[in-house]
Amino acid sequence: MTTESKSLIGAPIARKEDRRFLTGTGRYTDDLNRLHQTHAVFLRSPHAHAKIVSINTSAAAAAPGVVAVYTGADIAADKVGGIPCGWLVKNKDGSNMVEPPHPALVADVVRHVGDQVAVVIAETKAQAKAALNLIEVEYDVLPAAATVRDAVAEGAPLVWEQAPGNTCFDWHLGDLAAVEAAFAKAHKIVEIEVTNNRLIPNAMEPRAAIGEYDAAGDMLTLYTTSQNPHLIRLLLGAFVLGVPEHKLRVVAPDVGGGFGSKIFHYAEEAVVVWAARKIGRPVKWTAERSESFMSDAHGRDTVMTAKLAVDREGNFLGFRVHNTANMGAYLSTFATAVPTYLSGTLMAGVYKTPAVYVEVRAVFTHTVPVDAYRGAGRPEATYVIERIVDKAARELGMDRLEIRKKNFIRTFPYKTPVALEYDTGDYDATLAMALEKADVKNYPSRVEASKKRGKLRGIGYSTYLEACGIAPSALVGALGARAGLYEAANVRVHPTGSVSVFTGTHSHGQGHETTFAQLVAQQLGIPFDKVEVVHGDSDKIPFGMGTYGSRSLSVGGSAIVKAVDKIIAKGKKIAAHLLEAGEADIEFKDGKFVVAGTDKSKAFGEIAFAAYVPHNYPIDTVEPGLDESAFYDPKNFTYPAGTHVVEVEVDPDTGVVTVESVVAADDVGVIINPMIVDGQMHGGLAQGIGQALFEECVYDESGQLLTGSYMTYSMPRAADFPMFKVGNHVTACTHNPIGAKGVGEVGAIGVPPATINAVLDALAPLGVTDIQMPATPEKVWRAIVAAKGSKAQ
Amino acid sequence: MPAISLKVNQRAVTAEVEPRTLLVEFLREHLSLTGVHVGCDTSQCGACTVFVDGVSVKSCTMLAMEADGAEVTTIEGLAQGGKLHPMQQAFHEHHGLQCGFCTPGMVISSADLLKRNPRPTEGQVREWLEGNICRCTGYHNIVKAVLACAEGSAK
Repeated sequence: MTTESKSLIGAPIARKEDRRFLTGTGRYTDDLNRLHQTHAVFLRSPHAHAKIVSINTSAAAAAPGVVAVYTGADIAADKVGGIPCGWLVKNKDGSNMVEPPHPALVADVVRHVGDQVAVVIAETKAQAKAALNLIEVEYDVLPAAATVRDAVAEGAPLVWEQAPGNTCFDWHLGDLAAVEAAFAKAHKIVEIEVTNNRLIPNAMEPRAAIGEYDAAGDMLTLYTTSQNPHLIRLLLGAFVLGVPEHKLRVVAPDVGGGFGSKIFHYAEEAVVVWAARKIGRPVKWTAERSESFMSDAHGRDTVMTAKLAVDREGNFLGFRVHNTANMGAYLSTFATAVPTYLSGTLMAGVYKTPAVYVEVRAVFTHTVPVDAYRGAGRPEATYVIERIVDKAARELGMDRLEIRKKNFIRTFPYKTPVALEYDTGDYDATLAMALEKADVKNYPSRVEASKKRGKLRGIGYSTYLEACGIAPSALVGALGARAGLYEAANVRVHPTGSVSVFTGTHSHGQGHETTFAQLVAQQLGIPFDKVEVVHGDSDKIPFGMGTYGSRSLSVGGSAIVKAVDKIIAKGKKIAAHLLEAGEADIEFKDGKFVVAGTDKSKAFGEIAFAAYVPHNYPIDTVEPGLDESAFYDPKNFTYPAGTHVVEVEVDPDTGVVTVESVVAADDVGVIINPMIVDGQMHGGLAQGIGQALFEECVYDESGQLLTGSYMTYSMPRAADFPMFKVGNHVTACTHNPIGAKGVGEVGAIGVPPATINAVLDALAPLGVTDIQMPATPEKVWRAIVAAKGSKAQ
Repeated sequence: MPAISLKVNQRAVTAEVEPRTLLVEFLREHLSLTGVHVGCDTSQCGACTVFVDGVSVKSCTMLAMEADGAEVTTIEGLAQGGKLHPMQQAFHEHHGLQCGFCTPGMVISSADLLKRNPRPTEGQVREWLEGNICRCTGYHNIVKAVLACAEGSAK
């Protein structure tokens, strides 16, 4: 990449995409209406677990405006395939995980509240909803297991007969013997049990899908709220409908947030496309928010026990974790990778612990499938590590920062005991920056000020690391991934020198249309406004794997850089001909092809024009046109890391926790647009603090969803946060051409343990040593009361 | 079906609507004003916020018939002559939006705040936005944009 004085790399340019969103001219899936379209509404199970004894759709089918009513029997009769899982995890003994079927409409047994049983398709949505009430289903209600603890209990109701004990798989990673040896010589063994509360992603745009069939060309089209349209085309075409890629187009237009929940292939997408072909008309479905709560994949939901062996000086000797992870009733697209390859591999954190061993038991429950949600496995790993490190410091009587610094990794590359190799980092630098920004040296005076107001003040730290930029295909293939995880790009230079960039990643808030334009404009030395970034349509973009795992810039951006490299290489050949010089003598600099050491040059636009109007052109050796594609497969994950510091105030009378200060000092690699990077940090921090203090998806014993709307699920609001203080210290990623690491998930990964560590610090004087997320006023108050009670005894 | 007459984005509109039609449905489905978004079904997310007679209203809480005779301004009607409203401009300059879905409601609600309270404190902005949920921004840059807009308009 070229650099110059007025670099676009590192420039906080306001976003190209803003205008349409600010003026109401964005186009989200539900904003699209197709000619002669019909409306679909799904009948969903009211029970967590029940046998369908009978189902009668005749009254619904005869209702006004109804075009068709379909059930699981129709899906089965048409041999529509099940919704596939994208990642095969092996058990400890090498056998495969239990992989139950996931039909698009259920015919026999419903396995969670919201499981789809039938679909009504009518002229209007109101007619479809009215007819839905006329479907008669007789259920034989069965006992359910909704939580991890219920599912693993002796004699628990089974979600799948083929999964005894509700176990999907029993996986492990690391050297158990080495860990046991470390524990045998430990000065102290610190133990902890932590719950990662179940979360509901809640992108503000509810999911929606439109299926369309064009009989003339026998073409199917799906418009959908997706983070990865090509992946949906692959799964829907190859596994569910049996339609080849050239007959199936998937469009993900403007998408109103994803956070992971819009990665996965959902049953509704399959049903609307299948039904559109059956009735020969477009079929549109848009989730109502209450439907989103019971049909979008949920996040987190793990119970971990961990033990950390330490010596007298606070050096970590060995770390052992057992994780029980909730999969829900069916295996969603990436579900099985989350607690294993995205979490188990992270258990070393930023510490040089020589021996680490992690076991994961994944269990089925009678709940909505659980899958990747912002951070996906890495927040769970970070949480258990950063909690137990704090606990170790307290039990050893050490300073919480000293014990961290004592164990930091400082030489790179560093091979962890759990399969990863960190390429670069500087954990001391981000820690120092965070302490400065958090004004830690004046913290004692703030404690006093809080005390005067009758409040308890606490400060908490998290020195986290994550692995993102997913992922090296060969590595993930060896680990059970059923697809490659490279990224594709096409860079099309037009005859007059403007450029269209087609990327396989998808932007649903991340600002790719701006960041990628900065990248290309800088590399080609052309004005930023001459670059248009196109995404979200399988007919326009050659291929792509989409946006998740903070991969868009490090993997997708690298593919773009490679394609632009090819453009420049071809441009040099054309320039050499026009300038009557040797190709080796041509340099590309500041948007000009120059004969080295002379003032002879051709502007980028002149070369583009010559490529398309090849009157004077090296036609024997170079094809006309200036249009190049590239695929980029990363060599390694990227490893963002940093320090988050949270200060809270606790009201001891009510248990209310107020977030007073949030500091994040992060190393996310080279930054293209710092304004966008800061914005990503703010959003991640809010979601992470949301997990720590507010959000929790709750099922009752019978498997009913108690948090099924914004009345009952606590979404963070503006008044829940202070202004965030964020900063960056850059160490460039060593193995991609940009040096970027990724920022999308960092906030949600690092901040939850910092928040809980702050709450526990505030409550430490009262003798409270543990609290589970979310630290709601009730939980905090009960912990205070319980601690007072035990002190009084 | 009853008929209603109202002004939407300064244009006179007359239409027949089913009595149960919500204002948000009327705006989206009858007038194709799809900048008005539906993010929930319990009147909490605020993505459907519009001005009705100069006051910000969640258009999912109102029947279209209740808007008979009213003047409605949606996000589509906020910019004048191709020039963004100062609140839109502030959101752009301060990166107060990411996915854009909550944005129309956020902008209108924030514009209403400054009509009532031209120089709000940070705390007042945060309290006022209680009825608008954003999942992308952590509210940081939204609050910054509103405060900057207040500062700018006071100059």
